[in-house]
Amino acid sequence: MIDRKSRDLSGNRTLGAAALGAALLFATAPVASEPSEADFHAALQALDTQKFQQKAQAIEHLGALDNPRILEVLESLAKGRLYVRKDGRIVIAERSGKKYLIQDAISGRPEPEAGKKELKKIKVNNRLRRLIRGVTGRLALFSDDPDRRVKAADNLIKNPNPQVLPLFRQARDRETDDAVRAKLEVGIAVLELEADDPALRLAATTTLAETSDPDIRSLLEHRLQTDAEPNLEIRDALHGAIETIDRKLWLFGIAENLLFGISLGSVLLLAAIGLAITFGVMGVINMAHGEMIMLGAYSAFMVQEIFRSVVPPELFGFYLLAALPVAFLMSASMGVLIERGVIRFLYGRPLETLLATWGISLILQQLVRSIFGANNREVANPEWISGAIEIAGGVTVTLNRLCIILFSLAVVAALAAFIRYSRFGLNMRAVTQNRSMAASMGIRTGQVDALTFALGSGIAGVAGMALSQISNVSPNLGQNFIVDSFMVVVFGGVGSLWGTIVGAFSLGIVNKFLEPVSGAILGKIVVLVFIILFIQMRPRGLFALKGRAAGD
Amino acid sequence: MKTVSKLMAAACLFAGVFAASEGVRADEPIKVGVLHSLSGTMAISETALKDVMEFLISEQNAKGGVLGRKLEAVVVDPASDWPLFAEKARELIEQHEVDVVFGCWTSVSRKSVLPVFEELNGMLFYPVQYEGEESSRNIFYTGAAPNQQAIPAVEYLMSEEGGSVERWVLAGTDYVYPRTTNKILEAFLKAKGVAEEDIMINYTPFGHSDWQTIVSDIKKFASAGKKTAVVSTINGDANVPFYKELGNQGIAAEDIPVVAFSVGEEELAGIDTGPLVGHLAAWNYFMSVESDKNSEVIEKWHEFIGNEDRVFNDPMEAHYIGFQMWVQAVEKAGTTDIDAVRTAMYGQTAPNLTGGTAVMNVNHHLSKPVLIGEIQDDGQFDVVWETDGVVPGDAWSDFIPESAKLMSDWTEPFSCGNCEKPSS
Repeated sequence: MIDRKSRDLSGNRTLGAAALGAALLFATAPVASEPSEADFHAALQALDTQKFQQKAQAIEHLGALDNPRILEVLESLAKGRLYVRKDGRIVIAERSGKKYLIQDAISGRPEPEAGKKELKKIKVNNRLRRLIRGVTGRLALFSDDPDRRVKAADNLIKNPNPQVLPLFRQARDRETDDAVRAKLEVGIAVLELEADDPALRLAATTTLAETSDPDIRSLLEHRLQTDAEPNLEIRDALHGAIETIDRKLWLFGIAENLLFGISLGSVLLLAAIGLAITFGVMGVINMAHGEMIMLGAYSAFMVQEIFRSVVPPELFGFYLLAALPVAFLMSASMGVLIERGVIRFLYGRPLETLLATWGISLILQQLVRSIFGANNREVANPEWISGAIEIAGGVTVTLNRLCIILFSLAVVAALAAFIRYSRFGLNMRAVTQNRSMAASMGIRTGQVDALTFALGSGIAGVAGMALSQISNVSPNLGQNFIVDSFMVVVFGGVGSLWGTIVGAFSLGIVNKFLEPVSGAILGKIVVLVFIILFIQMRPRGLFALKGRAAGD
Repeated sequence: MKTVSKLMAAACLFAGVFAASEGVRADEPIKVGVLHSLSGTMAISETALKDVMEFLISEQNAKGGVLGRKLEAVVVDPASDWPLFAEKARELIEQHEVDVVFGCWTSVSRKSVLPVFEELNGMLFYPVQYEGEESSRNIFYTGAAPNQQAIPAVEYLMSEEGGSVERWVLAGTDYVYPRTTNKILEAFLKAKGVAEEDIMINYTPFGHSDWQTIVSDIKKFASAGKKTAVVSTINGDANVPFYKELGNQGIAAEDIPVVAFSVGEEELAGIDTGPLVGHLAAWNYFMSVESDKNSEVIEKWHEFIGNEDRVFNDPMEAHYIGFQMWVQAVEKAGTTDIDAVRTAMYGQTAPNLTGGTAVMNVNHHLSKPVLIGEIQDDGQFDVVWETDGVVPGDAWSDFIPESAKLMSDWTEPFSCGNCEKPSS
C-alpha cells in the first residue's frame, strides 16, 4: 500500500509529493533496493551551478532519491558546508584552523584535507534554505529526537501543504510523546480546515480554538474574510475560536510585557547596584561608574580569550564563572585607585567630584580604546544560556535574560547580607551615618571609604560581566548605562538598597508597558518626565532614609 | 604608524631635495587631508578609513607620487564631535593648505563641514552610503545614494528569488539617515502597491539595547500570513543587541529576513554570526567577492597593516576608488588647483574591486554595481544577487515629490546641484 503510494507520487514532479514519497520510504520500508549511486551523483553534481533556480531543481531531485546520505548532504548544504573540489567532485568540508577537513559527499568517507584555494563553496540563499528545511523537515517528522519532531511539525504548520496530510496522520498514529502528538493534532487541524467533510472542518475549528498562536488566528480570520467557509454553523465556530484565541493572546500580551519589564528591570538593577553603594551610601557622584561596568565586561572578554586558547573546548562554557571574580577584582582595584588617587581629596565638594570623575571616565574609555581597539569585542554566549524557552502562545523568555534576572537578584541578596551581617558592613554603615562618631569609636574611616568604593566598583564590574551577555562590549558600553543607573538610584531613594530594587523593577515594567503604545523613544521621555515630577514631590525618592543620617 | 608616516615625510623631503639638486622641478609634497575620528564613538568605524588612506598614499608614493611630487597625509582627529569636524576642516584647508580632503562618516559630520568646504572652496571625498538629498560642488560622494543601496535591496526582496516579501518593517535609529531613507522607501513601497497596513515603521534611540518588545512586535506583525521582511537602518552600536535578540527569540532568516544598510564586515566582528546566517546586507562591495583585483588589494592591505585579520569594507573601497580618480584627475589637469581638478574629475573611471568600472558622474556621485550578500557563520557575506551593470547614483530621490523634480549637474552651463530641470 505504502509502496504503491510512493510510486504513484514519485511520478509527480512537485517537490512536496516527491519528498513525501521519500519520507514514506524512509519511515516504513528502509531502502530495500540498492541505492542508485549514479542518480545520487548526477543530482549532486547538478548543484554545481551559479543559478539558484537550477540549484533548487537539484535539491528537489535529491529530496526524491532514496539514499540514507541525503539528509546529511542537504543539511550540510543548508549550513554552507558543501564545496566543489578542484577536480569537480562535491565534498562536505568543515573548517579547522587554516585547513578544511573533508569527506566525500556520496560515500561519507574522509579524504585528505585541503586549503581554501582548492575549494569552491556552493552558495545557498534563504529561498534554498527554506526549501531544504521543507525537505529535511518531512524526513525529521520520523526522527528519534522528540525536539526535532516538534520542530518539524511546527515548520509544517507554518507552511501548510495539503499534500503532507497523510504523512501527518501517519506520524500522529505512531507518536508516543504527548507534546509532539498535540502539535501534530494542530497541524492536522490546520490542514483539515479545508477538508470537504463539514464534520472534519468543525472538529478542526474546535481543536484550533485551543491554541494561542497568532499565526493560526490569522489563518482562521483569513478563512472568514475570504468567505471560504459556506457552512453557517462552522462560521460561528470560527468566530468563537477567534474570540477565544484573542482572549488568550490579550492575557499573554500582558504576561509578556510583565516579563519583558522584569527583564529590563533586572538589567537596570544590575547597572545600578554598584552606584547604590558609591552614590547611595557614600554620596559620591561617580560619573565613571559606567566605565567600571565596562571594565567588568572587558574582563569577561579577556577570561574568554584565555579559556579559548588554554582550556579544553568542552569546558569553555564555564568561562563566565571564572570571569566573575576577575571582573570583580579588576573593577574593585580600579575603584580603590580612583578613590585614593582622586576622590578622597574631594569629599564634600560634589561639583568637583562630578567633573573629576567625568574626566576619569573619558580617560578610561580612551585607555580601553587604545588597548583593545575601538571595535566591538565578541563575548560569546555559552551554550547553556543560549536560546529561549517558550512559555505559551509565542511568549518566549530568552535564557540569557532569565539568567540575568536570577543573577541580579542573587547579587542584591549577597550584597544586602554582606552589609547587614559582616563586620565590614557594620563599619561601613557606621561611617556613612556619622563619620566623626565612627572615627572616635576607633574605625579607620579612610580605609572604610576606600573599601566601600571598591565594593561598589567591584559590583559594577560583576554587572558588566553579566551585561556583556546581552549588550555589545565596546569602549562606549558604560555610557549607555550611566543615565539609567542614576535614574534608578535617585528614584528608588538614595542610600536604600530596597529602593534600588523596587525602583529598577518598577521603571522596567512601566517602560515596557509604555513602549508598545508610545514607541521606544517617547516611552523613555515619558519615564524621565515622570521621574522629574516624582522627585519634585518626594525629593528623597521612594524609600527615603530616616534617622540621623537623614538630617545632614 | 606615526613613525612610519614621519619617516615617509622625511623620505619625501629628502627625495625632493635630491631631485631639486638634479634640476628637475619638484616642489613640496602634495598634501592630502584625512578627516576621520580616531577617538570617541565613531572611532569604531572611522579608524579603518584613516588606515586605508595611509595605505593608499604609501602605495601611490611607491609608484612615484603624482605629477612627480610625493603625497603627504595630514591626519587630524575630529574626535566624533560634529562642531569639531568643521574646525578641523578649516584647519586642514587654511593652515595645512591641503589640496584635497578624504573624510567624514556620519551625515551630521558631513553637514557640519559642508559650509566650510563651500566657503573656502575645498574638495572633500565622502566615502559612506548616505541618504541623498544633497549636492555640493565641493563634495564628491563615493558611497551609495539610496537608489544604489536601499531601493535595489527592497526590489530584491520583492522578487521571487528574494522570497516575494509583501509585508515590511522599516526599523531605524532616530536620526537623519534612517528617517530620510525610510521616507524614500515608504514612498517607493506604496508606489509598488504595498498597502499602508503592511508597512510598520519603528524608530529607536541611539545605542538602544533592550530589543525584546520590538522583536516580539516584529514577530506578531509577521504572523499575518504574508511573507515579512525587516529593512534595518539601525546604526552601529545598537545592532549587536538587536541581532542577539533576533537569534535568541529564534527568528531565522528563512522566516523573517533582515536586510541592513549599515552592517558590514567591520560591524559583524563583534558578533557570533552563527544564528544570523542568511540575514542580508546591501552594499557596493563585499570583502568575500572573488576577483583578482580584490585579492591583490586585500593582500597588499594586510601586508601594509601587518594583521591578517583586518577586514576591508565598502567605505574603504569607496576611498580606494575616490583616491584613484583624484590621482587621475590631478594628472589630467596637470595641477592640484581645486577648480581644474574638479572639472577633470567628471567622467573619470576606476576599476571596482568587485569587477566592472566605476564612473564619476557630473552630479558628483559614482556609477557602481549593487550587491546583496547574506551573512555567513565566519562573519563574511556571500553575494546572492547583483545588478547586471553599474547603477548611477542619484542625488535627488525620484520617490519624494519635492525632490523628484530637482537635478544636479555641476558642469557648465547648468552648474547647479539643486535646481529644477530645465524644461526642454
